[in-house]
Amino acid sequence: MGSNMAEAHPVGFQWVMEGKACGATVIHIDPRFTRTSALADMHVLLRAGTDNAFLGGVINYILSNELDFREYVLAYTNASFIVDERYQDTEDLDGLFSGYDGRTASYDPSSWHYEGASLVNTTGTGDYAAAKEQSGSNHYGSGGPVFEGAIEGIASDSSLQHPRCVYQILKRHFSRYTPEMVEATCGTPKELFLRVCQAWTSNSGRERTVGLVYSVGWTQHTTGAQYIRAGSIIQLLLGNIGRPGGGVFALRGHASIQGSTDIPTLFNLLPGYLPMPTPAHKDLSSYITSIRGDKQKGFWRNADAYMVSLLKEYWGIAATPENDFCFDYLPRITGDHGTYRTAMDMVDGKVYGYFLLGQNPAVGSAHGKLQRLGMANLDWLVVRDLTMIESAMFWKDSPEIETGEILPEQCRTEVFFFPAASHVEKEGTFTQTQRMLQWREKAVEPKGDQRSELWFFYHLGRRLKQRVAGSTDERDRPLQDLAWDYEVHGGQPSAQDVLRHINGQDLTTGRVVNSYLELKADGTTSCGCWIYSGVYADGVNQAARRKSRLDQDLYALEWGWTWPLNRRVLYNRASADPQGRPWSERKALIWWDEERSEWTGYDVPDFERDKPPTYVPPPGAIGPEALRGDDPFIMQADGKGWLFAPTGLKDGPLPTHYEPHESPIRNLLYGQQGNPTRKVYGRPDNPSNPSPPEQHSEVFPYVFTAARLTEHHTAGGMSRQLPYLSELQPELFMEVSPELARERGLQHLGWAHVITSRTAVEARVMVTDRMKPLRIQDRVVHQLWMPYHWGSTGKVVGDAVNDLIGVVLDPNVFLQESKVLTCDVQPGRRPRGRELLEYVADYRRRAGITPATGTRVATAGSLSEVPHAESARHHANAPEKGNGR
Amino acid sequence: MSTDHSLFGSIDDVAANAGHLDHPPRVGFFTDTSVCIGCKACEVACKEWNLVPDDGYNLLGMSFDNTGMLGANSWRHVAFIEQERPLGRQEAGMSELPTGRSATEETADVLRQAEGGGELGTTPLHVRTPPQDLGMPSFTLPGGGTGAEGRTDFRWLMMSDVCKHCTHAGCLDVCPTGALFRTEFGTVVVQQDICNGCGYCVSGCPYGVIDRRPGDGRAQKCTLCYDRLRGGLEPACAKACPTDSIQFGPLDELRERAAQRLEQLHERGVTEARLYGADPNDGVGGDGAFFLLLDEPEVYGLPPDPVVPTRDLPAMWRYAAMAASAFLAAGISVFLRGGRR
Repeated sequence: MGSNMAEAHPVGFQWVMEGKACGATVIHIDPRFTRTSALADMHVLLRAGTDNAFLGGVINYILSNELDFREYVLAYTNASFIVDERYQDTEDLDGLFSGYDGRTASYDPSSWHYEGASLVNTTGTGDYAAAKEQSGSNHYGSGGPVFEGAIEGIASDSSLQHPRCVYQILKRHFSRYTPEMVEATCGTPKELFLRVCQAWTSNSGRERTVGLVYSVGWTQHTTGAQYIRAGSIIQLLLGNIGRPGGGVFALRGHASIQGSTDIPTLFNLLPGYLPMPTPAHKDLSSYITSIRGDKQKGFWRNADAYMVSLLKEYWGIAATPENDFCFDYLPRITGDHGTYRTAMDMVDGKVYGYFLLGQNPAVGSAHGKLQRLGMANLDWLVVRDLTMIESAMFWKDSPEIETGEILPEQCRTEVFFFPAASHVEKEGTFTQTQRMLQWREKAVEPKGDQRSELWFFYHLGRRLKQRVAGSTDERDRPLQDLAWDYEVHGGQPSAQDVLRHINGQDLTTGRVVNSYLELKADGTTSCGCWIYSGVYADGVNQAARRKSRLDQDLYALEWGWTWPLNRRVLYNRASADPQGRPWSERKALIWWDEERSEWTGYDVPDFERDKPPTYVPPPGAIGPEALRGDDPFIMQADGKGWLFAPTGLKDGPLPTHYEPHESPIRNLLYGQQGNPTRKVYGRPDNPSNPSPPEQHSEVFPYVFTAARLTEHHTAGGMSRQLPYLSELQPELFMEVSPELARERGLQHLGWAHVITSRTAVEARVMVTDRMKPLRIQDRVVHQLWMPYHWGSTGKVVGDAVNDLIGVVLDPNVFLQESKVLTCDVQPGRRPRGRELLEYVADYRRRAGITPATGTRVATAGSLSEVPHAESARHHANAPEKGNGR
Repeated sequence: MSTDHSLFGSIDDVAANAGHLDHPPRVGFFTDTSVCIGCKACEVACKEWNLVPDDGYNLLGMSFDNTGMLGANSWRHVAFIEQERPLGRQEAGMSELPTGRSATEETADVLRQAEGGGELGTTPLHVRTPPQDLGMPSFTLPGGGTGAEGRTDFRWLMMSDVCKHCTHAGCLDVCPTGALFRTEFGTVVVQQDICNGCGYCVSGCPYGVIDRRPGDGRAQKCTLCYDRLRGGLEPACAKACPTDSIQFGPLDELRERAAQRLEQLHERGVTEARLYGADPNDGVGGDGAFFLLLDEPEVYGLPPDPVVPTRDLPAMWRYAAMAASAFLAAGISVFLRGGRR
C-alpha cells in the first residue's frame, strides 16, 4: 500500500514474486494500476490521500468483529492501559484531539497520557509550538518519546472493558470508519474493501502472518506519519510485528537513504537518532535528562553512553569529563531548518551558501521554482554530482530563464561543480531498507577529477582545520579540536577505518567494541553511531560478509550485517508467546531454551539473551533491568507496542482521516478538513489551491499524483544521461482515463498541460484503462498522474513535474505532500515565457487565491479560523542582494 | 516426419546435426511471462553487454512499450498489452467500480483519433491539431459525462521477446555466406565479419526477428550471449532479470520446468496459460527460446503457427527436378520427333 514495489524496487520485488510462487496472496492497494498491480492477486483502487480512511476501516473491521490476536494484543501492546481522564477524542471534538491550540496549530499532548504517567519534553522547554518548529517527533530519537512511571506499573484493565482503556478508545475512535464510509471517501467498492479485510485477518494469527509494505506513496503526505501508524496498529492488533513474515516494511526512496537517516543528513538528528540539542540544553546533563527519563525503562536509558561516545568520536582527546566532552561545540537548533524552510530562507536572502551532494532539488524537490529561485539568490553553491544536473545549470537553462525571472547575466550565484565518483568507483557501505549494511568494493578507478564523497569531506575538513589552525577565536575551537583522525593512504581516506570509527573503540585498549552494550558514559569509549556498533565486531568488517544464502539457513545471518547487532527481525521477542514458546511451529523464530536458560532460535534475539520470560523487575529498577521478561518492545518506555501513542506525535495519538491539503472533497467524517497541525507556508511564492470549505476548489477539479517509472531514477540525473534508459521512456507524459480524455478533449499522444496555482507543465497524453474515475459521495472524481523524472538537461528533456507542487509538510517529519494535490488539465501546450506567468496568475485570480489560501488549518467547530500565512515582515527582513530577478 | 531431417521436423541433437561432435547440451531461454514485471532490465543488460546502440528516443504510445519490436538495435523487446479480460483469478479492482463505460470501446475510440505511426509500431504517431478550447461554458459537472455502467475486467500483460533460436532456423538456412551458424550450444549466431548484408535472412525468419542495422547493413540479432556462454556465464538478460521471468539453462530442463509451471498455473485458475515454441514438432522444430504466454500468440505480436520457409525446400527441389525432367523429356522428344522428320 502506498508502494509501487515492482516498478520502484524491482530487485526487492523478486522476493514478493517468490512468495507468490509459494502460495502467498499479494494485494496491491493504490490509486494507480501499476506494474505491481499487474502481478498482484488483487488490485484495490482508492483515491490518493485517503489511506487513513481505508486503514481506519480495516481497524474498525478488526475491532467490531473481535478478530484481533487477543493473546498477543493483551501481552505485547498497550491495549489494556488506561488513558488520562482529560483525554478527548476526535469523536468529541469534530476531528480534533484535546489540547489543540488553533493559534499555533499545535497540540499540548499532556492529556493523551496514561493515567498517572508523566511526560518529559525533549526540547527541554515545554513549548509545544516551538517543538513543532523543530520537527519534534522526528527528534525523539530511536527511543521514542520519553515518559516515566512505566516502572511502577501503568493502570490497566486486562478485560479491555474500561471505557478509558486504549482498546475501547480505539474502538470508539474508528467506529464510524465503516465499509460504506470507506467507499464514500476512498471510492473503493465496499465488497472489494471487505475482501481485503477478510484476506488480512484470515491470514494473521498463530499460524500465519501478513507483511505490510509501504514506500513514499505513504510518506509524502501531510498525514504520512499517521498512515504508518495506522498500518502499525493493524499489524499489532493482528500480531504481525516481530514475527517471521510479518512487519511493516518501509521501502526507501534511494540506495542507502536508510543509511542517511541512521547517520543523518537531517537538521534535527545526530547519528543513531540522538536528538540535536536546543538552546535550552545548557550542558550535557540537561540534555541527557531531557532525552530520557530518570526512571526510564528500556535500552534508551543508556542514551548517555551513546552520546558521550559520539562526542569522544568527534573530538577525541579534547573531549573530557571536565569540559562536558565538548558538548557545547554542538550546534543548537533554534527552529525550522528543514530543507524547504532553507529554500525559502535562500529566497529571502538569509542563506549565503549551499552544498548539494547527490541531490537535484531543481527537479527532485517539491516546488522546483522555489528551489531554483532560492539557488539563484546565493553567494555560492557547490554541486557534487555525476553529471551537470539541472541544479548546477539553473542559472542558464531553467524555466525561469524563459519567463525572465532569472537573468543569467545578473544571477550572482557562483556555482562550483565537482564531478563525483559513482558507486562502482568507491568503496564503502550501503544501508538498505532492511537496515542491512553491505560493503562494496571499488570496481574501477574514478576518472579525471571524479572523487568520492569521503575524499571530498575528508579533505574539506582537513583544509578547514588547516585554515583555522592558528586562530584564537573561540568559535574556531570546535573545528580545531575535531579529531579527524582517519587513516589515509595516498591521499585517500580509508573507508574501512571510518567504519571502524563508526563501530566504536575502547579507548583504554584501542580495540574495537563488539556492541553498543560495551559503550560507556565516562569517556573511555568512542562510537560514531551507536546503532551501528558491532559492524566491526572482532575487528572484522561484518558488512563485507558474503556467504551465499544457499550455504546457510533461511535468515542468512552471515550475509552483510544488520543493525542492531545483526538482528534481522526487530522486536523478535514477540515471535514467542509470553511464556517464551513460539506461537506456532510454522512461525517459530526465537524461543526460550529452558535447559540452557537463554533465548535461542534462527535470528539473533532482540532481547537480553539470559532474561527469562518470567522475569519481573525488582522495585525501583530502571533501564534494561526494568524490562519484564515479556516486554518485547525493548526501546519503548513501557516495553509495549503502541496502539495508542500517549506522546510523541504532533498530530494526535491516533491516526485520523484528514483530507489532503489540496482536495476537491469536504471531509466526510469531521468538521476538521485537513491535518490541523500540518505545516503550511503561506507566502506569495508558495500558493495553495483552495480546498473545501474554502471557495472555488472547482477551478482545480482533478486529483493529481506524481510517481516514478522503473526506467528512470528519481530526478533523472542518473538516467536521463544514459541512452539505454532514455530510450525506454523518452518523453514526459501524463496518464488519463478515457473518460477524462473525453471530458477535456485530450488526445492520445497529443499535448496537454496540467495547471496548479504554482505553474503549468506540459506533457504528452497517454490514455489508458489503467486510470479510472472514482465515485466519491455524489460525484465523479478523476485522477491523473505524471512521472517526475524530467528536467532541462540530459538526452531527453521535459518540464519538471515537481514545479506543480507546493510546499506543505507533515508536522512530524517535515515531509512534503507531493503525492496528492489538485489540478486542472487542458489540451495543447502550455503558454511560454511571460505568458505562462499571466496564465497561471489568471487561474489564481479565478480561484481567489491569496497567500492565506489553505493556511486556515483549523476548520472544526467554533475554532477561530486563524490563517498561518507568513507576515510580510519575513520578506522585509531580507537583506538587499542582487539576485538577478 | 523424419526425426533427423535437417530442414524440418524435430531433431534430437541439433548441434550434432550441424556437425558439432563433442558438444555441450543445447541451451535456451524459457521466458515465463506470468512473472514478468516489465522492468526492461533485459533490454538494457543486453545492450550493455553486446554494445547494441540505442534505438531512438520515440514515445510510441503503446502502453509502456517504447521499443516497439525486435530489430537490429533491440535484441530484447518487452511488450505491454492492456486487455479487457481477467488474468486467472486476479481481481483487478475495476469491474466493480461504479463509474465509466466499457473500457475498450472508449479507449479504442480515443486511440483511433491518433493518426499515422509505423505499421510495426516503431515510429511515433502523428497527432492532429488538438481540439481548441473555445471558452464555451460547460453544461456538465466534472466527471458528469460518465455513466454508471460497471467497468469491465482488466489485465496488463508483459512479455520479453527475443530471437527464438529455432531448431530449423530460416535465417541460417538461407544465409549464402555462412555468416549465420549453429553453435555448439545449439544456438544461432551471426558472424559480423562474414555477413555481407544481403538480407536473405530477414525474409527467412518466420518471426521477423533478424534485421539489418541502418547505416551498416549487416544482420543483427540475439546471440544468446555466445561469448558469455563460452565463458561459462549465463546470458546478460537472464542474469539481469529480477523475477526469473527469463530462465536460462539446458533446453531439456527448461521444457520440464515449463511443463510444471504450466500445470501449476492451470491449477491456480490461470487456464489461459500456454506454452509457445516448446513443441519440437512445430513448424520450426521447436524453439531454443520458448515462452509461457497468457493469451494467443498474436496478442503479443507473435505468429500463431510459424513455419520455417525452408520446410518446403526439398519438395520444391523435387518439383523443380520433376519439372526440369519433364522439360528435358519434352525437349528430347521434340528433338527425337524432329529427327524423325
